[in-house]
Amino acid sequence: MEYVTLLFSEIYKILYVLIPVLVSVAMIVWLDRRIWAFVQKRRGPNVVGPFGLFQTLADALKYIFKEIIIPASSNKIIFILAPIVTMTLALIAWAVIPFSEDYVLADINVGILYIFAISSLGVYGIIMGGWASNSKYPFLGSIRSAAQMVSYEVSIGVIIINVLLCVGSLNLNDIVLAQQKIWFVIPLFPMFVIFFISSLAETNRPPFDLPEAEAELVSGYQTEYSGMMYAMFWLGEYANILLMCALGSILFLGGWLAPINISPFDIVPPPVWLILKILFLFILFSLIKAIVPRYRYDQLMRLGWKVFLPFSLIWVVLTSGYLLYFDLLPVY
Amino acid sequence: MLAHAIFFYFFSFVAIISAIMVTASKNTVHSVFFLILDFISISCLFIMIGAEFLGMIMLIVYVGAVAVLFLFVVMMLNVAQQKNQWFKSSDTSTHIPIGLIVSLIIFCELLIVIGGWKYKPDIIKNFSDSQISNSTNTHTIGSVLYTEYIHLFQISGMILLVAMIGAIVLTFRKREGVKRQNYFSQISREKNQGVELVEVKSNEGVKIDV
Repeated sequence: MEYVTLLFSEIYKILYVLIPVLVSVAMIVWLDRRIWAFVQKRRGPNVVGPFGLFQTLADALKYIFKEIIIPASSNKIIFILAPIVTMTLALIAWAVIPFSEDYVLADINVGILYIFAISSLGVYGIIMGGWASNSKYPFLGSIRSAAQMVSYEVSIGVIIINVLLCVGSLNLNDIVLAQQKIWFVIPLFPMFVIFFISSLAETNRPPFDLPEAEAELVSGYQTEYSGMMYAMFWLGEYANILLMCALGSILFLGGWLAPINISPFDIVPPPVWLILKILFLFILFSLIKAIVPRYRYDQLMRLGWKVFLPFSLIWVVLTSGYLLYFDLLPVY
Repeated sequence: MLAHAIFFYFFSFVAIISAIMVTASKNTVHSVFFLILDFISISCLFIMIGAEFLGMIMLIVYVGAVAVLFLFVVMMLNVAQQKNQWFKSSDTSTHIPIGLIVSLIIFCELLIVIGGWKYKPDIIKNFSDSQISNSTNTHTIGSVLYTEYIHLFQISGMILLVAMIGAIVLTFRKREGVKRQNYFSQISREKNQGVELVEVKSNEGVKIDV
């Protein structure tokens, strides 16, 4: 009986995080399309519901009722597994995101490593989808995407080391609390910029959307997918984008902390601040999607390995040197 | 405790089954996926015994990086075909003894590790006396790795670096007659370098020297 109550309370807690995330993924797809349309002087989705807010819901309904076509020569098990893997990995990473000091599903010691590990597993959904489709375009797209994601993970890892040097803990709540005096975006501003660009590449967003470059590869690894399976890829992608925005706001913009800790600001509950910061970063994401042309593949690789990696490594040396010289290293 | 036991048996069962399937499955890509499943369940076991840092590093390094490369190689090289040739061809006699020796050595190493298991209670008793109780496992590993074992740590890093440079040198070849793009010259191109305005007289044309 004890176990049953425990199980149900845990499931309740999980749903308490998962359902807001899924709803906000739907909203964010709408917002993305609206911003994109706004930049290009179009209207965007504005028919279904007030301001077209239910457009994503209508789209999802359409996808659910469409037929799922599995190519005859595909590797069926892996083909079906790929969107499931993508979606699951995009959602389980939210388990450690702190929305306030105690509104967090699992407050584990190695939170940042967990997120890093999960986002590095994200490659598999794409490789599996591309390989199992048994078709040229998906395979090319998935190979591109895997190389791209692995390369940019390296620089994201080094940037995270920069932040961790200032914090002295891998716990996400500790990282947020360490920014009470000053958000890390101010002392580590170049790292914030590189993190932002790397997270664009990590989530395959324009200008780094080479895996699904529609002019060359139809739509990359998703070409053979249809119906609900395509929708799962698509939901997973947007959940990943939200996750990277959340990670950026936790690492650099002070997570759930209010900008200034005085009267009008500290009445607002902490999760609202986190959501506002995520929204700010997401609006930057979609503005960049609207205004920047796509990179060439060799330029992308050069940027990752020859520019971002050395630069962030030098910043690790600088940060640790500074902290050591002024005796600011957090010692436990 | 019951839940703990259930999870332990679940993860170890998955680990063993997938380890068997790595060697048993016919499709090479499938065996790489089983290898990944094996890595993941092993890292879950690490987390279950409280070594969460090791488990996460295992996920990041092996699953996130090494297995991706495995998968790349297997997908690109059509290994399934090659394997058949390899077993059929006449010069297998040079490969199989080496394989046998390597597997024998690994078997002996495993025997030594399992034999060392009976010293486990003593080691745990020794460790519990020291002051590790209060700090997290990341801090503990760091404080040992960067003080007592710093030389071994640095040497292993150096070995990895040498291996990396060696791999790059082995595969590096300079090809002649390949056009390369120089970003600096592309960006710093000016209008007067690329375009020339020519006054063209009618009925005479222009000579362009290339």
